Amino acid sequence: MFSACADPSALNGLAWLGCYLTTGKHIDFYWSFLTVLILLAITAPIALAFGFGGAMAARSPLLPVRLVGKGYTAMVRGIPDIVFFLFFVIALDQGLEWMLHQARCPDWTDPIRQGLEFRVCPEAKIPSGNAAQSWHRLYGFGLAVVTFSIVFGAFAANVLYGAMQAVPKSQLETGESFGMSQRQVFHRILVPQMWVYALPGLSNLWMILIKATPLLFLLGVQDIVYWARELGGSKTSAFAFPHPDWRLYYFLGLLVFYLCMTHVSEIVLGRLTQRLTRGQATLAGDAQRKAAR
Amino acid sequence: MTRLMIAAAVLALSTGFAAAQTVRMGTEGAYPPYNFINDAGEVDGFERELGDELCKRAGLTCEWVTTDWDSIIPNLQSGNYDTIIAGMSITEEREKVLDFTQNYIPPAASAYAALSPDADLKGGVIAAQVGTIQAGFVAESGATLLEFATPDETVAAVRNGEADAVFADKDYLAPIVAESGGDLSFAGTDIQLGGGVGMGLRESDTELKAKFDAAIQSMKDDGTLNPLIIKWFGAEATTF
Repeated sequence: MFSACADPSALNGLAWLGCYLTTGKHIDFYWSFLTVLILLAITAPIALAFGFGGAMAARSPLLPVRLVGKGYTAMVRGIPDIVFFLFFVIALDQGLEWMLHQARCPDWTDPIRQGLEFRVCPEAKIPSGNAAQSWHRLYGFGLAVVTFSIVFGAFAANVLYGAMQAVPKSQLETGESFGMSQRQVFHRILVPQMWVYALPGLSNLWMILIKATPLLFLLGVQDIVYWARELGGSKTSAFAFPHPDWRLYYFLGLLVFYLCMTHVSEIVLGRLTQRLTRGQATLAGDAQRKAAR
Repeated sequence: MTRLMIAAAVLALSTGFAAAQTVRMGTEGAYPPYNFINDAGEVDGFERELGDELCKRAGLTCEWVTTDWDSIIPNLQSGNYDTIIAGMSITEEREKVLDFTQNYIPPAASAYAALSPDADLKGGVIAAQVGTIQAGFVAESGATLLEFATPDETVAAVRNGEADAVFADKDYLAPIVAESGGDLSFAGTDIQLGGGVGMGLRESDTELKAKFDAAIQSMKDDGTLNPLIIKWFGAEATTF
């Protein structure tokens, strides 16, 4: 990267380390931290939206909608994450390609499944075979985001459902007695009050989501775990910077990264809880009120 | 008449489309000097140089893709890429699920590397990469097979004493043994396995297979393949 690094074999000590840590491969490694953060930033709101929808569906007075809501949470919650991830990403990919194939290549006569092969017409491939590798990466990442959102959406739905049930009935009845419609009761009374009940569960979920991000590695996304293993493995002189097995140090780095992430999250979530508790008819809210007096 | 013209135009367009199709080359990127990711983050190694030359000769646009070794065949079959060019030995078992081009590396030796030359190769614990011909061989040899997802981990297992020896392609182990500073050495005798290394393709891709077959043949004929093997694997490597 730097001109001083042109001949790594002549370097030693800190200069060597400096050049080593700024190789193209290491830059890819640093960018992959951003991949993880982006995954978190996109997945969390989508999963929360899925969860909200799921919880609303599970509380619906209509039986079919209720069944969908309950079925969604029960199904995803009952299947191990890893199994769901491995299955769903392949199923989603093949399902999309199959549908595109039906739409774009009605004249295609070869069977799609030939023995172990899954073969759709070239026009139905996602992304197209001609697309640059970055598009393939982005597509793989997109599939991962959708899968994460569905799985964590189901957990969130369960938490939010419980939180909605936890809001005291008398609060809702008071709203009704003031002449509010069901809709108004939901928006003005139930939702603002439920967050404080949902927060412990949701913050727990956020922690689990942070710790589940290495599953990206399992889905073939080149995340921090992939690069840590790749960079840490022992390197012969076929590489410009030969070194013995350094995986221990790379994984130690990841350990510190995750610990920092969860620590910062805990601080932020603690403040958020303080904020949401204010004026609530809960034990903590009561304590806050008494302390302020 | 117009319908015929439209049909002809569509046909011309679609064949033109097929000709411009990018061929995606699937490799592992963790098996130096066959294929690895270099310090710039790009696929490099013997197979990178060979593959680029083959694509040039066959008039194809190629793109390199890396994937885990243990899912390299399923990913080919589900169409994530079009070829496997990853130091994969031609074996009867693999021939059942995919097609191979002719070999571009002649049948070469596999070897044991261990901390001492008199390691117990018959009854000890032998590390090998999962899904390789070497792993299959160890399983039948009576030794305890210890499988790992990446080649690098198999060598690490020997260094930290988890396994008595590692069994892999000699071309892969040679630089590792040479640069271990005397820690590692070859043990036992070399063993010939498989029918050489070839490119793997889907069984339905006969046209692409023929193109690569012809390109490999032309490199064998004009004598450019042997120097390439020597460049990456050293003067002692088996050539054609």
